[in-house]
Amino acid sequence: MSEQLNFEVPTMAELLAKGEEPEILFWVGCAGSYDERAQKTTRDICKILHHVGMKYAVLGTEESCTGDPAKRAGNEFLFQMQAMTNIEVLNAYNIKKIVTGCPHCFNTIKNEYPGLGGTYEVIHHTQLIQDLINDGKLKAEGGESFKGKKITYHDPCYLGRGNGVYEAPRKALEVLDAQLVEMKRCKSNGLCCGAGGAQMFKEPEKGNKDINIERIEEALETQPEVIAASCPFCMTMLRDGVKLKDQDQNVQVLDIAEITARANGL
Amino acid sequence: MVLQILFIAIALAGVALFSYNLKKVIRNIRIGKAANRTDQPQKRMMTMVKVALGQTKMFFRPIPAFLHLIVYAGFVIINIEVLEIMIDGIFGTHRVFGGLGALYNFLIASFEILALGVWLGCAIFLVRRNIIKLKRFSGVEMTSWPRSDANYILITEILLMTAFLLMNAADAKLQAMGAAHYTAVGSFPVSQFLMNLLPNTEGALIAIERGCWWFHIIGIFGFLNYLPYSKHFHIMFAFPNTYFSNLEPKGEFSNMQSVTNEVKAMLDTSFTPPEPDGSKFGAKDVNDLTWVNLMNAYTCTECGRCTSVCPANITGKLLSPRKIMMDTRDRLEEVGKNIDKTGNGFDDGKSLIDTYISREEIWACTSCNACTQACPINIDPLAIITELRRYAVMEESQAPASINTMLGNIENNGAPWKYSPADRLNWAKES
Repeated sequence: MSEQLNFEVPTMAELLAKGEEPEILFWVGCAGSYDERAQKTTRDICKILHHVGMKYAVLGTEESCTGDPAKRAGNEFLFQMQAMTNIEVLNAYNIKKIVTGCPHCFNTIKNEYPGLGGTYEVIHHTQLIQDLINDGKLKAEGGESFKGKKITYHDPCYLGRGNGVYEAPRKALEVLDAQLVEMKRCKSNGLCCGAGGAQMFKEPEKGNKDINIERIEEALETQPEVIAASCPFCMTMLRDGVKLKDQDQNVQVLDIAEITARANGL
Repeated sequence: MVLQILFIAIALAGVALFSYNLKKVIRNIRIGKAANRTDQPQKRMMTMVKVALGQTKMFFRPIPAFLHLIVYAGFVIINIEVLEIMIDGIFGTHRVFGGLGALYNFLIASFEILALGVWLGCAIFLVRRNIIKLKRFSGVEMTSWPRSDANYILITEILLMTAFLLMNAADAKLQAMGAAHYTAVGSFPVSQFLMNLLPNTEGALIAIERGCWWFHIIGIFGFLNYLPYSKHFHIMFAFPNTYFSNLEPKGEFSNMQSVTNEVKAMLDTSFTPPEPDGSKFGAKDVNDLTWVNLMNAYTCTECGRCTSVCPANITGKLLSPRKIMMDTRDRLEEVGKNIDKTGNGFDDGKSLIDTYISREEIWACTSCNACTQACPINIDPLAIITELRRYAVMEESQAPASINTMLGNIENNGAPWKYSPADRLNWAKES
């Protein structure tokens, strides 16, 4: 369960040099690349891919922001500049299938890139995990036991409402034999963590409460041992909330990928 | 004969006035920019049948959904009775469908039960609004007119149903007395209980029966003409609004073609973009929005389901998706009046942004789509918020400072934070 990766993460450039093509491209995303907490999730996604022996690669330094925060903030120019540059790179590598570590990258590449010339099969990492479980390639054994643990799952807006992915992350939790407890506002009625629409990058407007506090209070009502996330921005908001409520000793906020990696002793 | 002519005159005037006002509303909606919402007709039809006719999204909140369904079913089905009233009114007949016998009895009985349901439903709605004072019906945008509008609608429906039941009660009593013209038809499961409240003289009963008949039909024409001024317009617009609603995943924002052309020209010098059409990036005023956005505004019935699930509103921010829709309609109505008066709608020094919707509101949105999910008739406040942001950012460069910093970082480093692109793969190397 070491933090360090005991294998090399292949880049597209390296594969190309060897004349090889990956089965899937792992689109890491900015948070997954730079945010310390999200980097852990990134490494766990790689561990899972490595564990099941799937041939994958990352773009590494050739990856750039999808343009999602620019688009949500209203800067369509910057979004399309980013999108077209990325599409050029992706098409040059002849990419067919992409897994993302972030619902925002997932939504943007899946829905908004096709109109600009970039059409790929795009899945979110929770969908990859679901597929691997369904194919029997991934189980929950050989690692930490989550049996009977109370876990509540927070739906990221751009995965849930935005794209209708509600079951995949829950499937990943079901195999743990954990006790999955839903918050009052879940699935299509889920409450935002407060980070979407470029809110992540600015102070909130005047109000009487921060959105992540509203959300974390609801999550804590379920008395969970783990709050499961599947988005690096939700992760930040939820962790901040848990800390502000002085619950960080009792409640862990973990990404679905981290939980899966732990359960498999990766 | 005089009454028949009077009836026909009232009916024609009612329909003519409504057509005149509806035409103006359609003209106002056409102020909006083009949007292609005619693809996938089958899927659109299904959406309309499910969401508007079937009211499937209402049932997320079962209690109001049930009451609303009764009022809605009552409204639609009792209109069969209006058909009879129209024929009776024009030809001077009385209960012209009476010849249907048992079927007629069944229909009248159903109308009566529904009328009672509508009456009770509206009464409960009034209690929820004015006595229980549900939070959903308050908010900064719920000023005195929207509140009164809601009450007027409910009171009118109660009055119409009362008149309908009293008319039947008087009719039933006249039938029992064997009064001339009042042949025994119909079955009156509800109004029979009102019979004892009515006077016993034939003259008074005829006055009540005729009075209620005229009140009911004039009330309906009046109500029809109230729609263009009211949130109650949703009873019509719910259908086209759901038909033309967004069928793409909610997370997907439209790509702006005008921008695509410019970006292509920047990246590829051999690409010659078509002449720009002179329109703005994003929306400053209602004419920069699409006709779908504007139809959404006329469709909104101010139920507040959007606002009640909006994370910004829940946590005390100024943003309320319902207000976005109401402001858009108010501004559009104002522009329409300007056009009527001066021929130009936009030289009044006002605009949708700033005069109606503040910057603070549009920047509080998390684009989480809770509002679009909650709307029972697929109205999209987020699309309008996005267009206003696009205007603020691309036409005015007026975003909050931290947003500008983020945009600058993406432009320079390819990430919303100030990290070097060269460090993008560091996560694979360090612990």
